[in-house]
Amino acid sequence: MKSLGNVRRSFAPWTDPKSVPYIRFENVTKKFGDFTAVDNLSLDIFEREFFSLLGPSGCGKTTLLRMLAGFEDPSEGDIFLDGQSLKGVAPHNRPVNMMFQSYALFPHMSVEQNIAFGLKQAKMNKAEIEDRVQQMLKLVKLEKFAKRKPHQLSGGQRQRVALARSVAKRPKLLLLDEPLGALDKKLREETQFELMDLQQELGLTFVIVTHDQDEAMTMSDRIAVMDAGVVKQIGTPAEIYEAPDSRYVADFIGSVNIFEGKVKENANGLVKLDSPDGFSEIQAVEDRQFETGQDLFLAIRPEKMNLTRERPTEANAASGEVWEIAYMGDVTNYIVKLDGGKMVRASVVNRKRSVENPIGYDEVIWVSFEPDGGTLLDR
Amino acid sequence: MSGRWTWFNITSVIFGMGFLYLPIVILIVFSFNESRLVTVWAGFSTKWYGELFRNEALLDAAWVTLRVALLSASIATVLGTLAALALTRYTRFTGRTLFTGMVFAPLVMPDVIIGLSLLLLFVAIGFDRGFWTITLAHITFSMCFVAVVVQSRLVSFDESLEEAAQDLGCTPFEAFYKVTLPVILPAVVSGWMLAFTLSLDDLVIASFNSGPGATTLPMKIYSQVRLGVTPEINAVCTILIGIVATGVLIASIIGRRRDVQRKLDEQQAAQEG
Repeated sequence: MKSLGNVRRSFAPWTDPKSVPYIRFENVTKKFGDFTAVDNLSLDIFEREFFSLLGPSGCGKTTLLRMLAGFEDPSEGDIFLDGQSLKGVAPHNRPVNMMFQSYALFPHMSVEQNIAFGLKQAKMNKAEIEDRVQQMLKLVKLEKFAKRKPHQLSGGQRQRVALARSVAKRPKLLLLDEPLGALDKKLREETQFELMDLQQELGLTFVIVTHDQDEAMTMSDRIAVMDAGVVKQIGTPAEIYEAPDSRYVADFIGSVNIFEGKVKENANGLVKLDSPDGFSEIQAVEDRQFETGQDLFLAIRPEKMNLTRERPTEANAASGEVWEIAYMGDVTNYIVKLDGGKMVRASVVNRKRSVENPIGYDEVIWVSFEPDGGTLLDR
Repeated sequence: MSGRWTWFNITSVIFGMGFLYLPIVILIVFSFNESRLVTVWAGFSTKWYGELFRNEALLDAAWVTLRVALLSASIATVLGTLAALALTRYTRFTGRTLFTGMVFAPLVMPDVIIGLSLLLLFVAIGFDRGFWTITLAHITFSMCFVAVVVQSRLVSFDESLEEAAQDLGCTPFEAFYKVTLPVILPAVVSGWMLAFTLSLDDLVIASFNSGPGATTLPMKIYSQVRLGVTPEINAVCTILIGIVATGVLIASIIGRRRDVQRKLDEQQAAQEG
């Protein structure tokens, strides 16, 4: 059987109809005055899942997280945690902890005191608090910094204190609001893996808000792509990337070429499109049935495009002129202007350190792709 | 900006400083005058300070002033902080503009009007004038100063700190008490100090609202001056200036030290980071 992407680990409760969701949003709407931040949204998240809410700013993802933490109440609908309605439950009574975007470290307390704050609040005994704090400091590798105040720490260290503080109480659910936003790229990549290890180690459910698609792709079991208060698509990173179900999602995640055409023929699992974009015809492997004459879009990723000097034997081919070349190290990105005028992106993986006679500027070449390389979209 | 001393700079500094501090310097110098005449120098002496501590009426007035200032500053700080919280946190309630205006109006209202209106109020409700009416009057006008100071700090306060506290198990009140208050404490303290000094040197409002047996130091000084200035008054004023100057000096030294320490810490953190 073919599968989309690699299966990271055999964890997929959402495919099992018998599994009970840990968090359930039921027709939740949140309005701020006239502005609808979240619009009639339903969503299930499972225990021990690493779930990402991904979308541009203002799409309602943070509001969703704040409703889980209890800082906002839904205008309509209800949220259930472990089967219990969260209606009217104050933030301090929820078994949920949050890591804030600004970290929100208490400036008048040392690293130790910050981490111990929630434990003291829970009236744990002194020896136990002491133990847990040491354990947390070890977990985030800040043993040497226990007595420091937040302003005596670097950005990465502050981020780790915030993380330690939010997991110290061993909440079953941890909410993370853009947790890595303030870190530089290298530190961010390291921390992503640290977060994943931590989630596995402690067996927590993570719900993370981010606008960074790489972050969401790297860490999540599933991603919900949001726009203007609604969820556009929920799926594993591979599903979202390889099988987006709308142009919005295809466009939001990674880069993509979108071709537009009318259905000419639809038989034997193959859809043929009439395309004005410089291709004489586009063929796509497809299980669904479409009516002849229907307008469809084909979304295809740049790395699935082939560039050749000779006319290829593949069905989907068009000629064009090399317009732009961007060398990124691991790949080289080409922008090709097709004869029809459409700009197409293609990525070539640099598998060898040097290539003999690489395709250069202003060359007239052929762009092609396999019939199963892209996804047909009707919206 | 260049830091060079030009003739123009030097002259303007001398004139400016002279204009501000010459009267005060003269006042201090003449408090050590041997002669009874304030304007004629007759040699150095500290006898007026000794005289001062035998002057029961003046000491009484000083004691009243101190009690009024301590009490009114403390209550004004509580009320002013609450007002500042309401103004920064609840940005959308009806009548907010009116409330803001009313909180800050006493800042620009002439003292005479505040004093008179409070006097009329106390007379109307039959409140005996004395220590308590002065205290109440001082609370009324100094709380808006506290509100301004505390509000300017609260504007830059990251509210997610309070949310984090609640997230970690605090009730809203606990979150304020354990997190917000310690963080804004420097502003609250300087609000208190401002209210304290305002109360200490107020003459107009206190005069309107005082009664028998409740004379504050500024009132006492003012009434004595009308009978003729004695070096004793100079001595009182010198002591007052001394107290205020020491307070300001200590506060600024502490503040500066903390700033320097903070900068060093941040540099260190950045280098290690």
